[in-house]
Amino acid sequence: MLTIDNLVKTFEADKKTRSQAKSAKANGEALEQTRVFAVDDVSFEVQQGEMFTLLGPSGCGKTTTLRSIAGLEKPDSGRISVGDRVMFHAGDGTSTVNMPANERGLGMVFQSYAIWPHMSVFDNVGFPLQVRKRSQRPGKAEIAERVNRVLEVMELGHLATRQATKLSGGQQQRLALARAIVTQPPLLLLDEPLSNLDAKLRESLRFELKRLQRELGITSIYVTHDQVEALALSSHIAVMRQGKVVQLGKPREIYTNPRSRFVAEFIGTSNFINGRVAGHDGDCVTVDTTEGRLRVRSAVALPVGSEAIVSIRPEAVEISLTGSGGTEPNEWTGEVVNRAFLGDSVDHVVKVGKAEVRNRSNPNVSIEPGTTVYLRMNPDQLSLVPVD
Amino acid sequence: MATVTPAPPSTVPRSQPPGPASSRLARVRRSLLRPKTLIVAGVAAVIGYLALVPLYYLLYGTFFDADGFTLGAFGRVYSADGIGTLIGNSLWFAFGSALLSLVVGTTLAYLNVRTDVPFKPLFFAASMIPLIIPGILYTIAWIFLASPDIGLLNAFLEPLVGPAFFDIFTIWGMIWVEGLHLSPIVFLLMVAAFRSMDPSLEESALMSGASRWTTFRKITAPLVRPAIVASILVMTVRSLESFEVPALLGLQNGIYVFTSQIYFTLRSYPPDLAGAGALALGLLAIAVVGVILSNRVGKDSKNFQTVTGKGFRPRPIDLGRFRPVAGVLIILYFVATVVAPLAVLIYTSLLRFYVAPSAEAFRTMTLDNYRALAELSQAGTALKNSLILGIGSATLVMLFMSVAAWIVVRSKIPGRGLVDHAAFVPLVIPGLVLGLGISFVYLRSPIPIYGTLFILLIAYCTRYMPYGMRYAITSMHQISAELEESAHVSGASWWQTFRRVLLPLLSPGLIAGFIYILTVSFRELSSSILLYSPGNEVLSILIFEQFENGSFTVLAALGVVMVLTLVVLVTVAYKVGAKVGLRQD
Repeated sequence: MLTIDNLVKTFEADKKTRSQAKSAKANGEALEQTRVFAVDDVSFEVQQGEMFTLLGPSGCGKTTTLRSIAGLEKPDSGRISVGDRVMFHAGDGTSTVNMPANERGLGMVFQSYAIWPHMSVFDNVGFPLQVRKRSQRPGKAEIAERVNRVLEVMELGHLATRQATKLSGGQQQRLALARAIVTQPPLLLLDEPLSNLDAKLRESLRFELKRLQRELGITSIYVTHDQVEALALSSHIAVMRQGKVVQLGKPREIYTNPRSRFVAEFIGTSNFINGRVAGHDGDCVTVDTTEGRLRVRSAVALPVGSEAIVSIRPEAVEISLTGSGGTEPNEWTGEVVNRAFLGDSVDHVVKVGKAEVRNRSNPNVSIEPGTTVYLRMNPDQLSLVPVD
Repeated sequence: MATVTPAPPSTVPRSQPPGPASSRLARVRRSLLRPKTLIVAGVAAVIGYLALVPLYYLLYGTFFDADGFTLGAFGRVYSADGIGTLIGNSLWFAFGSALLSLVVGTTLAYLNVRTDVPFKPLFFAASMIPLIIPGILYTIAWIFLASPDIGLLNAFLEPLVGPAFFDIFTIWGMIWVEGLHLSPIVFLLMVAAFRSMDPSLEESALMSGASRWTTFRKITAPLVRPAIVASILVMTVRSLESFEVPALLGLQNGIYVFTSQIYFTLRSYPPDLAGAGALALGLLAIAVVGVILSNRVGKDSKNFQTVTGKGFRPRPIDLGRFRPVAGVLIILYFVATVVAPLAVLIYTSLLRFYVAPSAEAFRTMTLDNYRALAELSQAGTALKNSLILGIGSATLVMLFMSVAAWIVVRSKIPGRGLVDHAAFVPLVIPGLVLGLGISFVYLRSPIPIYGTLFILLIAYCTRYMPYGMRYAITSMHQISAELEESAHVSGASWWQTFRRVLLPLLSPGLIAGFIYILTVSFRELSSSILLYSPGNEVLSILIFEQFENGSFTVLAALGVVMVLTLVVLVTVAYKVGAKVGLRQD
């Protein structure tokens, strides 16, 4: 459906970096630094009907990628195509194709919603139909019918004549969505659409968004820095960092099998234990750490002797007052140093040797700091990541 | 662009172009013909033309005569007798007026923002005055009040201090009138400065044990110093450029400054165009230095941002026993700037001939002057011309500047900074210099508009371009780029986006700019005086002519009509503006 190949977008570096680069050039050093890579060789493919999420911290290039797809930024090179229509193509010697944003026919929801304050709800939604070329513009009656249908779907039908600025935050969000899908675009772009809402509303709209996307079957690209949102909504997630896609996969895959320390850290919380690969045993890897030996089921094949990090999710750590007597693998002893009640769970921080391991248990478990405890970690729930 | 580009979005992929070279050519041609390219290029060209061509011709006319390059005019003018006095008078007048306006304006602003001074509503009535009473009427009103022969104040005070106590026709009189007329502008500037200052800065000084006066000296004054310096520079430049006061008050006793000397040089026979040009360039040079200095001060002032961004309501300082004193001062100021000039105009307009008020004078009051005005065909023409020029130039400037603001703020077109700079060039050019430059252009150019209303329209558009630009840019900055981008993504072309999204959203700012330009164009005198020709006078010119003819009573009636027209225009424009602007509540 959407294919992106080798997309590159650079920005002019700020004045200071530029002058530094200039002096570096005068000294005969490398001169690559005058431009900053916002998007650095990004490729991915989105299938029909998917909800595809670009996830990453601010400045990782996710919004620039989205704006390049929309046609609001002009990339330096690469190829963007939706279906069999090439929207952008440049950089490998052929003549540049760069379709203007208003001819791409995509839908987009902006972070601020960008509701036009001088128009009514109806006019906001009708605008994309009204500005079509005369030959393709539907008649007045048809526009009204299509707008009203979309407003009904968004439960905004009763507000059609209202001034757009008089809507609540959630209603504005639905209005922005209605405007983006009224033309039935092949692709819907969403730029952090929930970030302006308060926590409660965000949660309810998240499910609403997922339901709508499924019912309407619109292929969507969703940009967010909120990992919870990404995990809840997406069919696929591309985690971005410094302009590059560092991992791409289904939400569960990315959560349980982060392929780098960055991904494990950015999505959820994790304990990181440094160690060295001691041996392979079927699909399990044995890792020697300073705190003891760990067995990890891992698809990542690291050679024996190489350094590695074991990423342990707090909920994968089982805390117990009694030991198994050495029958269970991955059992460590330590002392509880801290305890925090979070409502729906309890976190214990346990000191094992020099390392501190965070555990998350159901709220019924509560152990005094100072108590000696046993920690058990299921090899299936641990993951091995290479040292950065 | 919708007209030229093929392939509707939802159909087959674009057919491959035949070859790279021809396709590039076709693309260039296609992009050149887009409405966006045409409009943007057209606006940029017009701005460049308006801003730079008069300057070029002014330089050319000053430095070139029939034999080629010459410094003759410069030498002639700047070695003439009395040139030292001229420059001295100009600077004295300019600094004096700036200082007076600064002291008055800053005191009033501080009293208004920071103290519990009485009669606060009067302040804002007083600050509207420079917009409602044009400089020429203001000056004439002060002649009625304080001329040694006919001044009402002199007549009132004669039993106490002897005849002709006040003489408005001196450099002190000039400074008084100009400074007082400029003081509301300083007031507005300084109110903004005091308002943006976080009062907790002062409060913490008080908590540290400083007295009120020490706090003012050590905290308040240094914090608003950038605004004070900027005001004094701006007011100095404005006084230098002022034409009404030096022409009406100074010429009487032969006190010449740059502007009146330029006017005098052009009025004498044969007119010395190159000599006037040389004087104009001297004036321009001083004005440019002033503007550059005030910009530098403005830049430095960003170093201590006093705005904290959070809403605060400063606790007003209790003036205590000085409160009545301050109240009396406010009343006096209001009387001097608003009541007395307006009252004397109305009074004079009702007299058969000018006399000091007496029972006799009030008994014989008549509306004859207004009747005479109605029969004076020139008056109707002048009112019509002023309306045409005001509305025409305000509309044109705001439309062009909305596109220019888009170029500067939103586009990534190379050279957009030049458009910005070009649009601000006329701000530095004194009105009289601009008038001279424009007359040089159209005396030489084959475009036959010399002696028509068009040349005045061009002059007004040029003079008010910077103000229009400022309004348009400010409101453009307030519109989030996403509002425009979302229209673009929705399929709207550049022109559709501009017309349906940007223009409506800009309209409050554009209307504010329109009102401003409309009102200031009514009082415009210094450019018009060099460009008008008999038959296309505007109101301010007609008043100037009546003054020269000595028909004071008709003039006063005309002034009253002019002020009323302005009041009506401003009111209507505000009402309309409120209607088409964003509905906010």
